[in-house]
Amino acid sequence: MSNPDLAIIGAGPAGMAAADEAASLGLSVLLLDEQPTLGGQIYRDVERVAPLRGAVLGQDYLDGLPLAKRMARDGIEHVAGAMVWQVTQDGTITYSKDNCSFEIRAGHILIATGAVERPMPLPGWTLPSVMSVGAGQILLKQSGLIPNEAVLIGSGPLLYVLAYQMLKAKRPPLAMVETQTMGDMAAAMPHLGGALRGWRYLLKGSKLLAALMLGGVKRYTGAKVISLEGEDMLRAVRFEARGKPHRLECQTALLHHGVVPNNQISLSLGLAHSWNQQQTCFCPDLDKWGQTSLSHVFVAGDGAGIGGAKAAELAGKLSALRIAEQAGRISAIALAAKAKSLQALKARELSARPFLDRAYPPFKEAISPKDETIICRCEEVTAGTIRTLAKQGSQGPNQLKTFSRAGMGPCQGRGCGLTVSSLMAEQSGKSMDEVGYFNIRPPLKPVTLGELASLQEEDSRSQA
Amino acid sequence: MKIASDFHNISDGQNDGHNGGIDPDQPLVPVHFDGQDYMLPEGANLAASLLAAGVRVFRKTPVSASPRGPFCMMGVCYDCLVEIDGMVQQACQTFVKAGMIITMPARPTDVPSLNAQEPSE
Repeated sequence: MSNPDLAIIGAGPAGMAAADEAASLGLSVLLLDEQPTLGGQIYRDVERVAPLRGAVLGQDYLDGLPLAKRMARDGIEHVAGAMVWQVTQDGTITYSKDNCSFEIRAGHILIATGAVERPMPLPGWTLPSVMSVGAGQILLKQSGLIPNEAVLIGSGPLLYVLAYQMLKAKRPPLAMVETQTMGDMAAAMPHLGGALRGWRYLLKGSKLLAALMLGGVKRYTGAKVISLEGEDMLRAVRFEARGKPHRLECQTALLHHGVVPNNQISLSLGLAHSWNQQQTCFCPDLDKWGQTSLSHVFVAGDGAGIGGAKAAELAGKLSALRIAEQAGRISAIALAAKAKSLQALKARELSARPFLDRAYPPFKEAISPKDETIICRCEEVTAGTIRTLAKQGSQGPNQLKTFSRAGMGPCQGRGCGLTVSSLMAEQSGKSMDEVGYFNIRPPLKPVTLGELASLQEEDSRSQA
Repeated sequence: MKIASDFHNISDGQNDGHNGGIDPDQPLVPVHFDGQDYMLPEGANLAASLLAAGVRVFRKTPVSASPRGPFCMMGVCYDCLVEIDGMVQQACQTFVKAGMIITMPARPTDVPSLNAQEPSE
């Protein structure tokens, strides 16, 4: 399928739900995803894993199964292992699979690339055996692995979800070092009323916390001055809680303080993005359908702003409906009728977000790291270097990148972009919108010369 | 050979082992990593399999030769880069195949570092 009506990038909840809806309305759908199996990160490998570890992973994970199964329907072509490395404004997508590159052109494009974990630069976070909580979840989902003697560090619902899953598998974490404070909870209380519409999330959260307490998982809250200690690999976590210093010897440390939209594609298209203060991240500017300023390009799911899997599914469906309407498959009246209940459900799904975002804010020490702390893992650039260059009058993240090499490594700034921007804002007194973000250009991920050359061969073959 | 692992495998033995799963009963195949031979589950996620086999350090950084291992497990961070049969790849995006020869990418010794101080005349 080289000219689908709709190309969807990302086979997580938003992408799969959109594919299902669009195909049901008669659109031809090409579903591209990097992973070998459906599900994205939240429903990773759900078709294979659900019967094996569903009991440990819980209902929220199993909810992805019926959705994944619907990808076998007519009208959807799922290309697994497809790494998209270029999207252009005219609707052309270039991707690599098995060391060859392919080019397709779609009538509409839906970017459903989800979220990545917010960078959490702390002293020692580059040591082997320090990973992210998301990595811990992926190891459990895909491979059935749970780290022994692990300390979970940071804040947010995902921390509790993983701890609970570890407990259910009878391998609870050694301790949870939580960074949110009593003050954060107090500041979140005004949002509680709105959050009650999303009571399912609050109930789930309190159930998780109760289970962790019953299970005897040691929790430290309001933790600060956190560092990871070790020479060649992690040996211990140091921190202060309630005015007392602590040192916990451990084999693995898992970090997390929220997720942020994975914006690489929408940024590379030059689309407008704005700073979202509530979620402390950049989000693409979209209308209620997920439509960007390019009428044939849409963004749905966590890539549009963090809302979780259920909200992502609803957003994917809404985008698909609007695309079907633009493609002449349904009328404007049918669109309005179909969308009404979905929009109400989505609003309810999102109602707990302001409370959660305020109760579990990003960790200050990782938003403004100490000068010695490495913030660009690839090029080993410290926060101090960024601050010095910013003070010397560096004009923005892109100039700073040239001067420091932060963001020039293989991850292309995915791990340091937000930190660089916030350090610039801190030093210059400018807002995040004024500072902006790295310019993102293709190739969006490293590709080999061979992969580029394969594209040329394909061209000459088709012209022959 | 068996090395103490930092990980516990909860797999119950029903795992088919393809596309990244690790199953104690599935066929193990020989893989060579950084001077050692390992028997890893065929088709399993390479980064996960090496972690389960007790490997912590996957590479040395080109800047300071610091040790690194997998961090994000989802293809974002590039900290699990290894050289497989001559090509540098992300271990977390790769699957175990029999006979893989894997080495640690390290700072190339024959290329002068851009950061090195020039001796003053």
